[in-house]
Amino acid sequence: MVFQQLDFFDLEDEYSEEERMVRDAVRAWTSERYLPLCMDHFEAATFPTEVVPELAELGVFGPTIPEEYGGAGLSNVCYGLICQELERGDSGLRSFVSVQGSLVMYPIHAFGSEEQKRTWLPRLASGEAIGCFGLTEPDFGSNPGGMLTTARREGDEWVLNGRKMWITNGTGCALAVVWARTEEGIAGFLVPGDAPGFSAPEQKHKWSLRASVTSELVLEDVRLPDSARLPHARGLRAPLSCLSSARFGIAWGAVGAALACFDEALAYSKERIVFDKPLAGFQLAQKKLAEMATEITKAQLLALRLGRLKDQDRCTPQQISMAKRNNVAIALDIARTCRDMLGANGVSLEYQTGRHLCNLESVYTYEGTHDIHTLAVGQALTGLSAFR
Amino acid sequence: MQIIACVKRVPTTDAAVSVTPDGKGLVTDGLPYMISFYDEIALEQAVQTKEALGGEVTVLSLGPASGSKEIRECLAKGGDKAVVLTDDEWMTRDARATAKALVAEIEAQGADVVFMGKVATDRDNASVGPMVATYLGWACVTDVVALELGEGGGTAKVETEAGLETLEFSLPAVITTGKGLNEPRYAGLKGIMAAKKKPLEEKTPELEANQAMVASLAPPPPRKEGRLVSDVNELIDALRNEAQVL
Repeated sequence: MVFQQLDFFDLEDEYSEEERMVRDAVRAWTSERYLPLCMDHFEAATFPTEVVPELAELGVFGPTIPEEYGGAGLSNVCYGLICQELERGDSGLRSFVSVQGSLVMYPIHAFGSEEQKRTWLPRLASGEAIGCFGLTEPDFGSNPGGMLTTARREGDEWVLNGRKMWITNGTGCALAVVWARTEEGIAGFLVPGDAPGFSAPEQKHKWSLRASVTSELVLEDVRLPDSARLPHARGLRAPLSCLSSARFGIAWGAVGAALACFDEALAYSKERIVFDKPLAGFQLAQKKLAEMATEITKAQLLALRLGRLKDQDRCTPQQISMAKRNNVAIALDIARTCRDMLGANGVSLEYQTGRHLCNLESVYTYEGTHDIHTLAVGQALTGLSAFR
Repeated sequence: MQIIACVKRVPTTDAAVSVTPDGKGLVTDGLPYMISFYDEIALEQAVQTKEALGGEVTVLSLGPASGSKEIRECLAKGGDKAVVLTDDEWMTRDARATAKALVAEIEAQGADVVFMGKVATDRDNASVGPMVATYLGWACVTDVVALELGEGGGTAKVETEAGLETLEFSLPAVITTGKGLNEPRYAGLKGIMAAKKKPLEEKTPELEANQAMVASLAPPPPRKEGRLVSDVNELIDALRNEAQVL
């Protein structure tokens, strides 16, 4: 079945020729190369590593990084559209690309030394090196400032100890960007995957993001030279800015997941005959479709405006919070409604909606939970912090 | 080597098309477009030829002035420059007039080899390639599924009804491309950025009047509803006595 993107408000006119070319290239790749693999990998709980060279060839790793470091120098709206199209495939695919670009390449580009940029960015852009981002800990998710992982100075070296949890792409990574508490505050470190004392066992038995690798990071007296520290990252603001970049992509990606579910349910409802007529001909079905189309259209507009603001360097973290919060929530609601419309078929992996539904439960929580983003918006409106 | 890839902008193969009220054309408002499937293969072959032998790929298309996205995508996939012969009636331009317009530009540009799809997926004409070769007085090989090209000439495997035929030809030549010759690449994001800076020239061609006109256009009649048979004997009976195919 060919994907027909809902575009009820003719948003096509709002995108430049370049933006449409980028979207269509990633859309074609996702449809032709990724989706045929996805169901089996989701079921087997594996990431299809064979697509990594193709993703690199396409240029989706760090596309907004300047060309001199191996990126494509694209706008933020283009990056958003890439995320939308990848997550139309699977949230696990978009997560893989988000982590590599927004959480690994972005901090190296923003906070790294020239040597760190030259060493790592081209390897990450080409997919030769896969990176992960270690901030969350078993007991510190929404409150990363409480982290227990430490980095202690010993002569010219740093010694890292601690554990990180729920880390996408950790197992087998070539590089982990690890955030740790030092005497001067939170600092970021580039930990090579083969560093003695570093290990990244995979977290098993997930029923969400199954086509994506999630890991624990274990750091036991990992010794690093000072050149492994990100010199321009000072305090918690540095990792939080990485998350802003990733959340921006999620606000777009969620639209992709919602579009995939809606497209599937709409097509199904027009073909499925119940009581001698198409399901789509019943008022209850039409109410669901109309409400979902409305929410998708609002989410598309929110994402596009957010992207335009980001390209003008005017976008605030609170705007990103509102967009991530809204778009993931509506995508999850839409996935549930589409699952309902698909009837029993909705629980089969032969249909994509159930897979998106499971994935979106993670997306709802990671990169700032729905509730935490609610408080971020609340604080922006009232000037009062309700976090504690 | 100077290489030209001729491409046609056609409605996407999954587009829901409808016939205009006069019954002679397609409603084009809101139609999504793509480069014709076989022309994508032609473009890929042109780019691979450049990568192997050096030279430059010019993308040439007769099409609407507004169709720059699809042409720009060809530049993103490795074309070096593009020339669009603007013709808002390109969808109904007949093969002869199309070929003549292309030939004038190919002669003006100069080329060693011209690639184009064996057929465009909109009207299935399949005759523009041979006509271009004929007007140019060049060698022509059609429906090529394997190709070895060097300076001065090459060898092509061609699909015929009897099987694969191997042909040797000299350059300059027009080669029309068939399915299986190559796997067209995706437009990479770096390619898309680079394509913005590549020249895309629009020219107003001298167009001859159509000699083949569409008299009428109609969607295929709806298929008759199928019938379920209860066993093999009934199926054989129906095939033998009703359908009369056994």
